[in-house]
Amino acid sequence: MKILVCISNVPDTTTKINFSADNKDLVTAGIQYIINPYDEIALTRALELTEASGGTVTVLNVGDPSTDPTIRKALAIGATDAVRINAAPRDAYFVAKQIASHAATGNYDLILTGRESIDYNGSQVAAMVGELLNIPSVSICKSLTVDGTNATLEREIEGGKEVITAPLPLVVSATEGMAEPRIPNMRGIMSARTKPLNVIEPVAVPQLTAIAGYDKPQSRSQVNLVDADKVDDLVNLLHTKAKVI
Amino acid sequence: MAQDRFQAPDYYLLDELLTDEHKLIRDTVRAWVKKEVSPIIEEACQKCEFPKHLVKGLAEIGAFGPYIPVEYGGGGLDQISYGLIMQELERGDSGLRSTASVQSSLVMYPIYTYGSEEQRKKYLPKLASGEWLGCFGLTEPDHGSNPNGMVTNIKDKGDHYVLNGAKMWISNAPFAQIAVVWAKDEEGVIRGLIVERGMKGFTTPETHGKWSLRASATGELVFDNVQVPKENLLPNVKGLKGPLGCLNSARFGISWGAIGAAMDCYDSALRYSKERKQFGRPIGGFQLQQKKLAEMITEITKAQLLTWRLGVLKNENRATPAQISMAKRNNVNMALEIAREARQIHGGMGITGEYPIMRHMMNLESVITYEGTHDIHLLITGMDVTGENAFS
Ligand SMILES: Cc1cc2nc3c(=O)[nH]c(=O)nc-3n(C[C@H](O)[C@H](O)[C@H](O)COP(=O)(O)OP(=O)(O)OC[C@H]3O[C@@H](n4cnc5c(N)ncnc54)[C@H](O)[C@@H]3O)c2cc1C
Repeated sequence: MKILVCISNVPDTTTKINFSADNKDLVTAGIQYIINPYDEIALTRALELTEASGGTVTVLNVGDPSTDPTIRKALAIGATDAVRINAAPRDAYFVAKQIASHAATGNYDLILTGRESIDYNGSQVAAMVGELLNIPSVSICKSLTVDGTNATLEREIEGGKEVITAPLPLVVSATEGMAEPRIPNMRGIMSARTKPLNVIEPVAVPQLTAIAGYDKPQSRSQVNLVDADKVDDLVNLLHTKAKVI
Repeated sequence: MAQDRFQAPDYYLLDELLTDEHKLIRDTVRAWVKKEVSPIIEEACQKCEFPKHLVKGLAEIGAFGPYIPVEYGGGGLDQISYGLIMQELERGDSGLRSTASVQSSLVMYPIYTYGSEEQRKKYLPKLASGEWLGCFGLTEPDHGSNPNGMVTNIKDKGDHYVLNGAKMWISNAPFAQIAVVWAKDEEGVIRGLIVERGMKGFTTPETHGKWSLRASATGELVFDNVQVPKENLLPNVKGLKGPLGCLNSARFGISWGAIGAAMDCYDSALRYSKERKQFGRPIGGFQLQQKKLAEMITEITKAQLLTWRLGVLKNENRATPAQISMAKRNNVNMALEIAREARQIHGGMGITGEYPIMRHMMNLESVITYEGTHDIHLLITGMDVTGENAFS
């Protein structure tokens, strides 16, 4: 089985987010980057599948050279080889086009992604890739098994679970439950040094969206504490300050 | 222990001095410690039990012989990688780091550096994989800071040596399969031997009642006419420089390890100072607590820089034993002082197992004594700068 796992490079979950003065860019200084946690779940499941029945796992990232450490980590965890499409990931359509154009020639049986990236939370790439390649795509799966040329997927739905079958090739986006991410071991880290990381140039993609600006959530306003025995004060404040009564 | 919310301080952006591979190795060990060590270490220490089940994991993350060449099962990594692994392990617990230090620097290092090719092939792969654990016997009941005075001895009996004597305070002794033992020959020259469990007359009674390094087993090595085959002698070193070479390597690792313990105490104290409120505000808002925290991060940052530079020198084979002494002494003392201050910031909570502080503090009382006491390292620096020997 030949599996492609798409990984994105995202700020560590504990990062304090700040934007540039014009609110157009993320301030990246001092940020630690990690493999998007949902992508790591997908990668782990891909490794489990190929370990059980043979095959290869290629990781793909759309990113500039600064994402190489994240890719090396994926190789250390166990991916066979890696592809980096040398471009900043502009938006979901751009990324999906790059993935699809690589995957179109790669003969992959499975293309896995995370359910969303934890930075922009778009949740669009997997479905777009399926559409662009004209193959089925199932999103937010908590289980994936493969039997010959068919896959069985489980999704959590309101009040229960949904079981889906689909023929390969197939795009699947992963969520918690599909696999337990692994910590790389020293052998993995050492072998990652020499595993191939192929850098390819992006295909031209029209720009469909642009980021107009970012805003942080408004900080919560001050709380006025009123003593329990001063009900009159409370009523007065609700009337004159909060103007709700 | 409560959930491990550790975040490593990097005040001077020292990560920029590390390679991507250094960071991958460090972050891997950090993740492993969070997942495997933090949830169990408090209980292991409370019960005074060595968490044996972690040995396999320690081997997998490369904690046994990271700088030993790959052909012998090691990691083939540089000295900074070794240091970072020790830092992260000691962030978890000094006892666990001790186990890895002993295995790497006091057992694998001498076998690799002073051993024959047969010895390297026989022992190193098994030690790297954690199949065997080793220990290092230098200290004796009556000879601690002055190992040259040792009385443990070997007598040449033609096809074997007969070993007699006793070693004390030996980390990993109770369950080690092999011991690298230092003993005097008939001419009074210190030699190293590999003693294997099961050799007649060799016993390893455990030392009980420790208040420190409770997750690391300590014991004695007792040799009562033990017949040691000649091929178990380390052929390529004679004299005190044999054990001192090992200690150099281990002390280097300890100087990194201590930073790990200090970072954990600082991180916990900083978080606690922001969350704990007294007199209507977080205690971190009071100057007295800020002084403690500000001095902690200053000392940690200085130690990080010192150790990084030492790592570069060691990679270039230029780090002197006296430079390593300075780093071990400074960093362990720094960590111990930070642990004490951090304990106070935690108030009463600081004495409980909910927080790692008291455990680190008690552990560091061993770390400041073993591998050359705080005083002895000062004398080494003193001798280095004055040229005068103040030891005896
Ligand atoms: C938990 C633990 C694990 C250990 N693991 C090992 C191990 O695996 N292998 C091993 O071989 N050893 C091990 N040790 C032993 C350790 O290295 C010794 O305890 C250490 O070297 C000090 O020796 P000592 O305890 O005999 O103290 P002493 O040498 O008796 O020192 C007592 C005090 O006198 C001071 N002192 C000594 N000489 C001088 C001097 N000339 N000038 C000024 N002050 C001086 C010392 O600084 C110290 O404060 C371990 C110790 C501990 C506590």
